[in-house]
Amino acid sequence: MFPTPIEKQPKAAQITYKALLPVALLLWLGPLLAVALFSVKPDADFVNANYWGMPSSFEFFQNYGQVFFNSDMPRYMLNSILITVPTVIGAVALSSMTGFALGIYKFKSNLWIFFMFVAGNFVPFQILMVPVRDLTLDLGLYNTKTGLVLFHIAFQTGFCTLFMRNFIKALPFALIEAARVEGISEIKIFWYVVLPLMKPALAALSVLMFTFIWNDYFWAVVLTQGAESQPVTAGITSFNAQFRAAYHLMSAGSIVAALPPVAMFFLMQKHFIAGLTLGAVK
Amino acid sequence: MSASTDIIDSEPESWFHRNQQAIAPWLFLAPGILFFVVYVIAPVFQSFNLSLYEWDGLGQAEYIGMRNYEDLYYEWVDRDAFYTSLKNNLIWLVLYLLAIPAGLFIALLLNQTVFGIRLYKSLFFFPFVISQVVVGLVFTWFYDPTFGLLNQMLGVFGMGPINVLGNEHLVTYGIIAAGLWPQTAYCMILYLTGLNAVDPEQIEAGRLDGAKGIKMLWYIVLPQLRPATFIAFVVTIIGALRSFDLISVMTQGGPFGSSRVLAYYMFEVALSEYGFRMGYGAAIAVVLFMIMMCFITYFLWSMYREEKGH
Repeated sequence: MFPTPIEKQPKAAQITYKALLPVALLLWLGPLLAVALFSVKPDADFVNANYWGMPSSFEFFQNYGQVFFNSDMPRYMLNSILITVPTVIGAVALSSMTGFALGIYKFKSNLWIFFMFVAGNFVPFQILMVPVRDLTLDLGLYNTKTGLVLFHIAFQTGFCTLFMRNFIKALPFALIEAARVEGISEIKIFWYVVLPLMKPALAALSVLMFTFIWNDYFWAVVLTQGAESQPVTAGITSFNAQFRAAYHLMSAGSIVAALPPVAMFFLMQKHFIAGLTLGAVK
Repeated sequence: MSASTDIIDSEPESWFHRNQQAIAPWLFLAPGILFFVVYVIAPVFQSFNLSLYEWDGLGQAEYIGMRNYEDLYYEWVDRDAFYTSLKNNLIWLVLYLLAIPAGLFIALLLNQTVFGIRLYKSLFFFPFVISQVVVGLVFTWFYDPTFGLLNQMLGVFGMGPINVLGNEHLVTYGIIAAGLWPQTAYCMILYLTGLNAVDPEQIEAGRLDGAKGIKMLWYIVLPQLRPATFIAFVVTIIGALRSFDLISVMTQGGPFGSSRVLAYYMFEVALSEYGFRMGYGAAIAVVLFMIMMCFITYFLWSMYREEKGH
């Protein structure tokens, strides 16, 4: 193990390490803790310039209640869910198929199609912006959740294909050959042989996609406007305009907006990290 | 198995059955390719085409050849906008790469087995999960000249206050620092996973040969972390060139356009309130695309070599 395990170091080093760890963490998360502190302070603290002292009263329910019952925030959250969930399902479904095709079959253009997906996944959003916006307008889907979902599914298929193809390629090919010898049709091989083996990949990809799509801001701004279809990342800007200079409410709003992917991460940590670090180890 | 009866059937096999293995991949690929071509591949070419036109997004587009590019090159339309953005993109590219050594450093710090270390790892990773919009807000307040945490701390040392986001010489660095926060977390997790798989025998052998500390890291550990470093490099470069959210939330390109990057400048030109100059915007996007393409080509080339190596 590298670096040398701390248990093998002198006692003094061990104590220093254990003492410095929480300090380092506090510094690392400092900006975030500040927002958490702001979010439970009463309005009066900001008027009296008591920014960093103890809250003069603990206003958790008051502040978060405002966010949930007195603003468009629940609306934005619902929009985010209605955009994120279909996208995750769509992108994962499409890419299980493309990943299967590229990971299992040998044909001439295989690698080129694979590279098309990979390269497309890296292009800057701006080169797609105007044509995608026009296409969405032409389809009558501008400022709808569907328009956003369709684009996200298409774009994320690039990354998901990369992920799925590499995962499927690592599966034991003998299984597929055995199934073919049995005369099982290709579609059944996909459904009954490969798909069950892909469960860890499906889980990892779903949590990753959830976070990526939930946190998207650029496309939300380009393809939607207004509370009826905007997700929470874009909505938070209007929210902040509504509560300008009300730092306690803006803080509470930001925390609420950030929470779902955070919860997803902590609940599905193993899958999340497995997905994120695929390929980091050979 | 029930499926095997199909083959035993005495009827001659259908054309589909005989050619199944050649047709099946295309059927599986069809929906994915269709979506991807319509929404990603075709728009790239459309943007190239559009960059030769002048178009306000509504009326008739007028063909003007290379004029949009000339406007960019000589900055005839917006003084100082294009080269400022280009320069800032370069600063982003270089400084964003600091996430890689920083991530490695934190990973080395946390690669221990003391009590509660798993929780520490998760919490250090935390910033990556939060949306960039929220990161932007958090850092806007962190830098705030009246109450921001940064100036509170500077105040303790008798310095400040400085208005990072209001100072045209500091603003880009301030935003990059905010971006480095989640990016470092990402690189950290890549390296933690990589360190987990480092071969303990090689480490032991190295120790016997008297290698330790920096030398051990450089000659024995880092070569084994190459795949992690490669991915960290890819995601960091892409992240640097995609920087948009933070700039949009923290400064909207200001003050006086000094924190613009190409990605933001393009958006501003094409969609913001200053008018819809779609063709001009497309030209900026093409420039950004060409920069990105250098890296994409390199990534694909590395992947290609790897594929052939197997």
